[in-house]
Amino acid sequence: MKTVRVRYFAILREQRGLDEESVATAAATAAELYEELRVRHRFTLPAERLRVAVNDEFGSWGAAVRDGDALVFAPPVAGG
Amino acid sequence: MGFRLTNAPIDPSVLMEALRDVRTGACATFEGRVRDHNEGRAVRALEYEAYAPLAESEGSRILAEALGKFHAAEAVCVHRTGSLALGDVAVWVAVTAGHRAAAFDACRFIIDEVKARVPIWKKEHYADGASEWINCATGAARG
Repeated sequence: MKTVRVRYFAILREQRGLDEESVATAAATAAELYEELRVRHRFTLPAERLRVAVNDEFGSWGAAVRDGDALVFAPPVAGG
Repeated sequence: MGFRLTNAPIDPSVLMEALRDVRTGACATFEGRVRDHNEGRAVRALEYEAYAPLAESEGSRILAEALGKFHAAEAVCVHRTGSLALGDVAVWVAVTAGHRAAAFDACRFIIDEVKARVPIWKKEHYADGASEWINCATGAARG
């Protein structure tokens, strides 16, 4: 198990009811972690609609999740 | 000045002062304002939320790309966060360049890329009391 910090924004923040949390997980990749959280918290957005950021940089879904990482699952953006 | 987020009202006249430079003959600006309707629904207010560290780095990257691609002199983009009323300035872009073509093209590039890439989210509040995160609807999430 490892512990990661997950921050939530916009619709995911509202669906989770939290800005951020510490998550203990056995997920090997960002994709596995999102799937775990999506099921647990009934997030409506599938991973295909999101981008993942690791330690404040956009990353890839297949990247290994390491202990202490800070992850953000970014919903479709809508600035401007 | 680069890219930045602010939760205070954007005042373009103040921002313009920093872009005065007699070496550049063109300055193109774009001002995005809060509109009173979207997709047939009456909008009464908006809120923007940003993932600040990544929004700032991605926004800065877009400005650097614009300067390189169009050979513009300076580029600025300021985006609001927080609660906005109808007519408020949501985003402001300005580009200075030697000539108008580069200024127009770079300004257009920046606003298009910011809308597509920068992690900022918009929630619309409608006249009927409903609200919705734009681009986040799924079959299950509407309403």
